[in-house]
Amino acid sequence: MTEILSKKKKKKKKNKTSVEKSVKSNFIISTESLNAYYSETQALFDINIQIPKLAVTAFIGPSGCGKSTLLRVFNRMNDYIDGFKTEGKVLVDDTDIYAKNIDTETLRKNVGMVFQKPNPFPKSIYENVAFGLKIQGINDKSFIEHRIEESLKQVALWGEVKDKMKKNAYGLSGGQQQRLCIARTLAVEPSVVLMDEPTSALDPISTGRIEELLFELRNNYSIVIVTHNMQQAARISDKTAFFWLGKIVEYNDTKKIFTNPKNKQTENYISGHFG
Amino acid sequence: MISTKKNKIIDKLFQILGIISTFFGLLLLAVFIGFILYQGLGRLNFDFITALPSRIPERAGIYTALAGSLWILALSIIFSVPLGIAAAIYLEEYIPEGKFSKFLEINISNLAGVPSIIYGLLGLQIFSMFPGLNGSLLAGAFTLSLLILPIIIVAAREAIRAVPSSIKDAAYALGATKWQTIRHQTLPAAFGGIMTGIILALSRAVGEAAPLIVVGAMAYVPFVPKSPIDQYSVLPIQIFNWISRPQHGFVINAAAGIIVLLVITFSMNALAVYLRNKNQKKFS
Ligand SMILES: Nc1ncnc2c1ncn2[C@@H]1O[C@H](COP(=O)(O)OP(=O)(O)OP(=O)(O)O)[C@@H](O)[C@H]1O
Ligand SMILES: [Mg+2]
Repeated sequence: MTEILSKKKKKKKKNKTSVEKSVKSNFIISTESLNAYYSETQALFDINIQIPKLAVTAFIGPSGCGKSTLLRVFNRMNDYIDGFKTEGKVLVDDTDIYAKNIDTETLRKNVGMVFQKPNPFPKSIYENVAFGLKIQGINDKSFIEHRIEESLKQVALWGEVKDKMKKNAYGLSGGQQQRLCIARTLAVEPSVVLMDEPTSALDPISTGRIEELLFELRNNYSIVIVTHNMQQAARISDKTAFFWLGKIVEYNDTKKIFTNPKNKQTENYISGHFG
Repeated sequence: MISTKKNKIIDKLFQILGIISTFFGLLLLAVFIGFILYQGLGRLNFDFITALPSRIPERAGIYTALAGSLWILALSIIFSVPLGIAAAIYLEEYIPEGKFSKFLEINISNLAGVPSIIYGLLGLQIFSMFPGLNGSLLAGAFTLSLLILPIIIVAAREAIRAVPSSIKDAAYALGATKWQTIRHQTLPAAFGGIMTGIILALSRAVGEAAPLIVVGAMAYVPFVPKSPIDQYSVLPIQIFNWISRPQHGFVINAAAGIIVLLVITFSMNALAVYLRNKNQKKFS
C-alpha cells in the first residue's frame, strides 16, 4: 500500500516538474551564440534569439542576409547542404537539436516547414496530406481521414477539394497548392511551423487568405515566417527580427519595430530606403 | 554586297543538304520496310506464329523462337531491373559526390557503349564454369542482362535526377527518412522515366543475336523451353538461320519473322515514347 502511494507521489512530482519546466520557458526556440557557415563563408554571426510560443515571429531584411539560413537551422534542413556547419546552441522545446543523439526525423515532425514555392507531391490531394502520417507508421484509415479533413478545414481548403480528394494536387491553383502544403504540415501536428516567404509566389487574394489563416493558426502553433513584404510583417506578426549581413540587428515587438525602431538601419529598411 | 549574296547561297545549300541527309535515313528505312513487307506479309498468318520449326519452309513457324525471346526478356527483366534501379539509387542518392562517383559514372557510361559481342564472350567465360548451363536460357538472359544493365542504370539515374529537389525537401520536412523519401516520393515520381529506359533497353535486348550465339543459343529448337535451364532459340537467330538457307521459301519466312520482330520493337519504342511524353507533363 505504502509502496503504491509513494509511487503515485513520485509520478505526481514528475508531472509537476515538467509543468514547471514548460511554465518556466515561454520560448519554443532559442539560440545561443549561433554561428553558421557554408563551407568557409560565414552566413550567420552570433545569433541569440528567443522565439515565443503560440505567436507569429517575422524575419525581415534584405536579400542574402541569412533569414532562410536561420529558418533552416531550426529544422536542420541545412544538413543536406555539403559543407554547412553550425557553432553554438539551438534549443527547441529546451532540447539542443544539434546534440549528437538527436533524431532529425522526430525534430522535423515537431518543427514543420512551408516553402516559398508551393511544392505538393505529384500525387492525389489525399496522398499529399496522408504522407506525413503514413511515414510515422500510422495506418488507421479512419484516423488518417479524420486528420486530413481537420487539416484541410484548418486551411479553409476542405470545401474546395472535398469532392476531388483522389485528384492530382498539380491540378489545384497556386494558392490552393500552398494551402494544401500548409495542411500537409499541420496534419502531423507540429508545435512549430516555419514559413519561408510562403506568399511570395501567390496573387493578392491567395496571399490574403493565407494571412487570415495565420491569425487562426497562432492559437495552436508557434509560427516563424520570413517575408519581404513589410505590410505583411506589420499585419500578421507579434514579434519581428530585422536581419542585416548575417546578424540580427534588432528584435522586438512588431509594433515597436514598425513605429519606433531603435536602429537606424531598421528604420531605413522598413521605410523602404534600401534593400 | 557580293559576299552577303554568297553567304545566302551557302545558307540555302546547307539547308538543302540538311534536308537530303534527314530524308536519306528515312527513305532508306522506308525502302527497307517496304521491301520486307512486300516479301513477308503474304507469309504472315496465325499458323506462322504458332507453328514449330520445320525443314519445309511452308510449314515452319516462329513459335519456339518467339517463346525463347519472351523467356529471355522475362528473365532479363528479373535480373537487370532490380539491380539497375538499385545501382541508380545508390549512385544518385547515397554516394557522396567526388572523384569516386565520377569514376563510376564514366565507367558505367563506357560499359553502355561496349559492343554486344564482348558481353557474349564475357558470358561464355563465366558460364564455361557451369557446363550444365551451357546454351541455357539462364546463360543467355544473364549475358543480355550484363548488356542492358548499364543502359538501365544510366536511364534510371537521369530519371531520378530529374525529380525536383523541392519534392524531396517536402518529404524530409515532414520527418521522412531518406529511404522513405526515395521509396514513396522520388521513385514514384521517376517511375515514368525509369520505365522508358527499361523498355528501350529491352527493345535492344530482344533484337540481339550475336552475344546469344556466343553463349550457345541454338538455331533449331523443335520445342518450347519449359524452364530456365532449357535450350532455346530467339527470333533474331531464327531469322538469321533462315536467311542463310538456300531455299527461297526460307527467305520469305525470314522476311515474315523480321516483320514480327519489328512489330515487337516498334511497339516497345512507341510505349517508351508515350511514357516519356506523359512523364514530361508531370512536373510542369
Ligand atoms: N546552399 C548555399 N551554399 C552556399 N552559400 C549559401 C547557400 N545558401 C545560401 N548561401 C549564402 O548564405 C547567405 C544567406 O543566404 P540566405 O538564403 O539565408 O538569405 P536570405 O536572407 O534568405 O535571402 P533571400 O531574402 O534572398 O531569401 C547568402 O550570402 C547566400 O549567398
Ligand atoms: Mg531566403
